[in-house]
Amino acid sequence: MTDLITPPLHVADDGHDEHHDEHHGPTGILKWMTSTDHKVIGLSYTVTSVVMLVIGGLFAEIIRAQLASPNGTIVSLAQYNELFTMHGSVMIYLFAGPFAFGGIANIIVPIQIGAPDMAFPRLNALSYWLYLMGSITMLMGFFTAGGAANFGWVAYAPLSNSINTPGAGADLWIGGLLLTGFSAIFTGVNLTATIFYLRAPGMTMFRMPIFTWNMLVTAILILLAFPVLTAGLIMLYCDRHFGTHIFSVAGGGVPVLWQHIFWFWGHPEVYILALPFFGMATEIIAVFAKKPVFGYKSMVFATLTIGALSLGVWAHHMFTTGVVLLPFFSIMSLLIAVPTGIKIFNWIGTMWRGELWFTTAMLMALGFLITFLIGGLTGVYLASPPLDFFTHDTYFVVAHFHSIVMALVLAGMGALYYWGPKFTGYLLNERFGKIQFWLLFIGTQVFTFPQYILGLDGMPRRIAVYPHSPQWKTLNDWSTLGAVLVGVSMIVFVVNVGYSWKKYPAGDNPWDGQTLEWFTTSPPPHHNFYRLPQIRSERPTWDYNHPEHRSLAHGIDPVHHHELAHAGAVVAPEPESDDGA
Amino acid sequence: MRMEAKILLILGAFFGIMFAVYWRWSIEDAGGVMMFAGMLLCFLPGSYYYWWSRRMKARPEDDPNATQTQGAGVIGSFPGTSIFPFTLGMGAFFVVMALVFGIWFLVPGLALAGWALLGATSEGRRGGHV
Repeated sequence: MTDLITPPLHVADDGHDEHHDEHHGPTGILKWMTSTDHKVIGLSYTVTSVVMLVIGGLFAEIIRAQLASPNGTIVSLAQYNELFTMHGSVMIYLFAGPFAFGGIANIIVPIQIGAPDMAFPRLNALSYWLYLMGSITMLMGFFTAGGAANFGWVAYAPLSNSINTPGAGADLWIGGLLLTGFSAIFTGVNLTATIFYLRAPGMTMFRMPIFTWNMLVTAILILLAFPVLTAGLIMLYCDRHFGTHIFSVAGGGVPVLWQHIFWFWGHPEVYILALPFFGMATEIIAVFAKKPVFGYKSMVFATLTIGALSLGVWAHHMFTTGVVLLPFFSIMSLLIAVPTGIKIFNWIGTMWRGELWFTTAMLMALGFLITFLIGGLTGVYLASPPLDFFTHDTYFVVAHFHSIVMALVLAGMGALYYWGPKFTGYLLNERFGKIQFWLLFIGTQVFTFPQYILGLDGMPRRIAVYPHSPQWKTLNDWSTLGAVLVGVSMIVFVVNVGYSWKKYPAGDNPWDGQTLEWFTTSPPPHHNFYRLPQIRSERPTWDYNHPEHRSLAHGIDPVHHHELAHAGAVVAPEPESDDGA
Repeated sequence: MRMEAKILLILGAFFGIMFAVYWRWSIEDAGGVMMFAGMLLCFLPGSYYYWWSRRMKARPEDDPNATQTQGAGVIGSFPGTSIFPFTLGMGAFFVVMALVFGIWFLVPGLALAGWALLGATSEGRRGGHV
């Protein structure tokens, strides 16, 4: 039995913590199977989700190869349906979310707030196993007689009923989503409880790093949205197998109800995906500009506002159904541009007159900023019903959300370069990193940009063949070229990981970081900290390492702060040699 | 504690306003019901936190001037390692297989899940395998 003890009991020189590190019995595969340490689970999550990124990416490359010529024969029409369905499903359900809240946040959030672990360590482990088995379940569809699910990643009724889509592939898709859905809900519970109950003394809510704030709002959104999807999936399963008619007109059901339920989860899900990556970019930009986050409170406010509004925008995916309240959803969707604009403004403000350091992580964050801006602005167009009626189900929409998700991939890669050294102890090679960045960034623009034009020209999405037209052929070729560049960038990343394997020891604080995770060792010890600094601002590690440039403290009464500032030894003692900073 | 309560209560109130507007204005019920449920889901823990925040002193993590020693102590006791999350995950996997391939998958599924529930409970009581 391990007692979960808050850090101050471990003073670095009392010889207690060495003992504490040793008692971890199992190693190897048994450690992977039985560990309840958030860092081990988070690493499992990260690796699994990157594998899912590679699998989903392979599907994308096949899709783009098929579309490189108007009458592509690389896959059959039926296989094409399976591929775009599983590409979307793998990327949304199995990569982007789990990478962010199961992988990076699982490792980083407890360390950022000075907690020894997640609030419910065994529930955390269960989340991972449900996620892994859910992923395997969904992909098992390819090995069944009828193939994998082929109704699009949104599974609209009545296409997804047992007459139009018979076979085990669709059921495996539903089952896999049930498992990963529960995994996400458990992670949401865990993150919320951890952030509410396990913060270090002095780490008030308004001193939490922006990444942790974004994860809190993400976790709340998970709790609001995912149960709705789970309920919808159970109804869909009942329609397919138990003869209910919830989504079929024949028995008095309402097919469009599925769309309401799906998108009531689906649009908050967009922010569940995006907010963690916003947080990652915020941390990276602040550290590599050597400045505090510009407009910290407005950043928190913007995140909360995005979270609040996200529950009232779902039907902008359903404008063309003709049965939704166009003005309500249009206004709500347009309103989201305001907090998002605040964020963009703050990111630029953070860099403004900063001492910029263009590491791979910083380049990735800048690439995120630009790509996200393109995707975000086209999203504003789509929030307007007249424009949406014109572009609905065309490549314009495909290009819009691929700009968004590729921006998230850029930020996620930045997070791996930025936080990877913290949880592995080793840096990645910067030269390979920069090659990867330029391939990924240019590839993203080359593959999305022609799709905007194709969409405005009327090319529908989800088609395997298209009419002979020199312009469409050229634009599709460019798009395919961009997808190949993105694929090559992923190969460069894998090569980089192999090349840099245990080659460049990181030290505790390679980037002169500002938040608590850079105060501990790399990788952090069991239960994360041997000791903690006093927390008097949202940048405790910076305050400790740079007593001459201490952050303005939030929430301290001026008199008391005055005393503290004069008692420098108490607030921010001189860095000691064992600190490794 | 107070800030946590405030966030959830404000979110819940916002969902409540959205629900009222949408309910009056729209012709379908599903969205209104889901927004109402979202409001309740925020009010439930939010009011709990608010209730406690009025009855307890500020925790060290809520005190801007807290020192690290104020947080010292044991906060919980958990098994250092546990096989039961894995077992329960496998049980859930087999239960899902029963939904797809045949009811007989419930036998290993429920067996594994039951074993995991019993094991995890007793592990929590007796001290786990460290």
